[in-house]
Amino acid sequence: MDVSWLSMISMGLVGAFFALVLAYASRVFAVETDPRAAAIEEILPGANCGACGFTGCSGFAEGVTAGKAEISGCPVGGADVANAIAEIMGIAAPTDVKRKVAQLLCAGDCEQAKNRAEYNGVADCRAALLVGGGPKMCTYGCLGFGTCAIACPFDAISMNEHDLPVVDEEACTGCGICVEACPRDLFQLVEEQQGVHIRCRSFARGKEVRQACDVGCIGCRRCARECPEEAIEMVDNLAVIDYEKCTNCGACVAVCPTNTIHWQKEKPEVKKLVAVS
Amino acid sequence: MSLQQHTGGPSKPLVEVGQEVKLGQKIADGSSFISAALHASVAGKVVEIAPHPHPAGGEVTAIVIENDGSDEWAEGIGPKGSLESLSPEQIREIVKEAGIVGLGGAAFPTHVKINPPPDKPIEYLVLNGCECEAYLTTDHRLMIERTEDIAFGGKALAKALGVKKVIVGVERNKPEAIAAFQEIAARDDLFQVESLEVKYPQGAEKQLVYCLLGREVPSRGLPADVGVVVQNVATAAAVADAINKGWPLIKRVITVSGTGVQEPKNVEVRVGTPVKDAIEFAGGYNGTPGKVLMGGPMTGIAVHTTEVPVMKGTSGIIVVPREDVKQYDPSPCIRCGRCVDACPAYLMPVTIANFAEKGMLQEADQYGAMDCIECGCCTYVCPAKRFLLHWIQLAKHQLLALKRQNG
Repeated sequence: MDVSWLSMISMGLVGAFFALVLAYASRVFAVETDPRAAAIEEILPGANCGACGFTGCSGFAEGVTAGKAEISGCPVGGADVANAIAEIMGIAAPTDVKRKVAQLLCAGDCEQAKNRAEYNGVADCRAALLVGGGPKMCTYGCLGFGTCAIACPFDAISMNEHDLPVVDEEACTGCGICVEACPRDLFQLVEEQQGVHIRCRSFARGKEVRQACDVGCIGCRRCARECPEEAIEMVDNLAVIDYEKCTNCGACVAVCPTNTIHWQKEKPEVKKLVAVS
Repeated sequence: MSLQQHTGGPSKPLVEVGQEVKLGQKIADGSSFISAALHASVAGKVVEIAPHPHPAGGEVTAIVIENDGSDEWAEGIGPKGSLESLSPEQIREIVKEAGIVGLGGAAFPTHVKINPPPDKPIEYLVLNGCECEAYLTTDHRLMIERTEDIAFGGKALAKALGVKKVIVGVERNKPEAIAAFQEIAARDDLFQVESLEVKYPQGAEKQLVYCLLGREVPSRGLPADVGVVVQNVATAAAVADAINKGWPLIKRVITVSGTGVQEPKNVEVRVGTPVKDAIEFAGGYNGTPGKVLMGGPMTGIAVHTTEVPVMKGTSGIIVVPREDVKQYDPSPCIRCGRCVDACPAYLMPVTIANFAEKGMLQEADQYGAMDCIECGCCTYVCPAKRFLLHWIQLAKHQLLALKRQNG
């Protein structure tokens, strides 16, 4: 017999043998999976950002089917995804899913906030903090090296020309990674429709704040007095807004002497959620 | 008087605002196992217990005492008896009560260091007189001027540890100090003097132990793991003061130097003296100051205000004039490997720094980030001027935070 025939037959037989073994093994050792988990994973954004607290989107999908995760647990997907998951799981859709976006609680860019030292080192906020607490005079404010912008998996944070991060609210998914990344805890996830924000986190006394920054909260209490809903509370020389009570009336904005309170009137709601590949 | 002058937990204040304190009175006590007591370095009134600038950045609670100029000693300060009459436990207690910490720079509480766990028998005590950092000459002067005290302190520490041999390691560029200790070694068998090559970081304890005894401290270990305890010569002198005179650690010798000061000199200062006063005592600034470092030029910390007080671990104050402060702009790594050659801990700084930059902490850990002694040699030799140590420090910081988080 020709050697080519011989090799074809022998290889064919070997191939057929392994095919049978594999087919048998795939039945015997099959891992039972919930088909719903696969369906849920299909509709999840697929960013694997970890904001839900599970290891990636498949982890979250398994968590939902195992009853360990909330249906509305994916902050990136928001209401649409929560509804779709509810449909797959065959339970009522949650009604209270509101989209949250990251808000920066500092307005002290390199023009407004003064430096106390020149910094020459790694351009990273966490690293700058290791060198005598960073170059800025304000020990609570943004360091401006953009660790948040690098950390954001959705490219929703960019640094403006004055080294202050700007959140693109349309692109922001509220995953909360910037909240974790900022060594000064300057990000807060706030419901999207909230338009009034006190952009300062300095607990220093008014005099010190004035020395360090032009737009810091000096703790004058005017906003707290002005607010008709009593939504502003003073915490250690700092005005803190209670978003549960705030009605976006903007009364506090007009009285703030340092322009620390920013207001976006009649904030448009982002209807469409960003598609993530 | 900052409450965080040492490695470990901050001290707990024992006094209140308005209270009169005497010189040497204990005003704060250690809060945890690794912590140290703090004593008033002047007599006077406590005017404030509030956050105050700290050299490491940020603010740390400090006790502010207004000096009444009387320098009246607190009660119970006096000689603690002869060395022969004291037991090892008593010596440890005296050292603990005197708030003595390592005076070389790291400020690790000494009473913890001379109380090693029973499963780690100590064979040698090494008195570190290398003083390898440029500019600093405090230990050098101390070794010449207070040789007897250092020897006495070394004896006391040796007794506390139960060791039979004390090795004094001195760099070869301090011949007077070597000669002074050779005299002591000639009449006392306990001591042995070794003259060492002049190089940085000769005084880093793990490197010093390897150099003197050929014993390599294991990864993440301490010299105690190879039967050695290293103490700075200034610490030994402080122990001698605590036993012979009963003085707690309220003063230390610092070098005020650098081309930015008028008259560089070594001064004995009380702990808590503002840095600006020490600079003024050395004739003030020479030209415009650009950078003020607490500690040596390699491991010192740049401070943003001279209001910060001299700490127990401050070995010097270096002022660099404005024109000498260079700003570096890092360029890409050219893979020359000079940092690997330079690393005294035999690490690969470039690899660890790259992992740190990418946030790959576990990998940085595997490559020995925690074994970095932060000497700064890698950054110093890097031709691309990369901030290698800074990245490694960040990785270490994050790894420690992770460890705390996970318990």
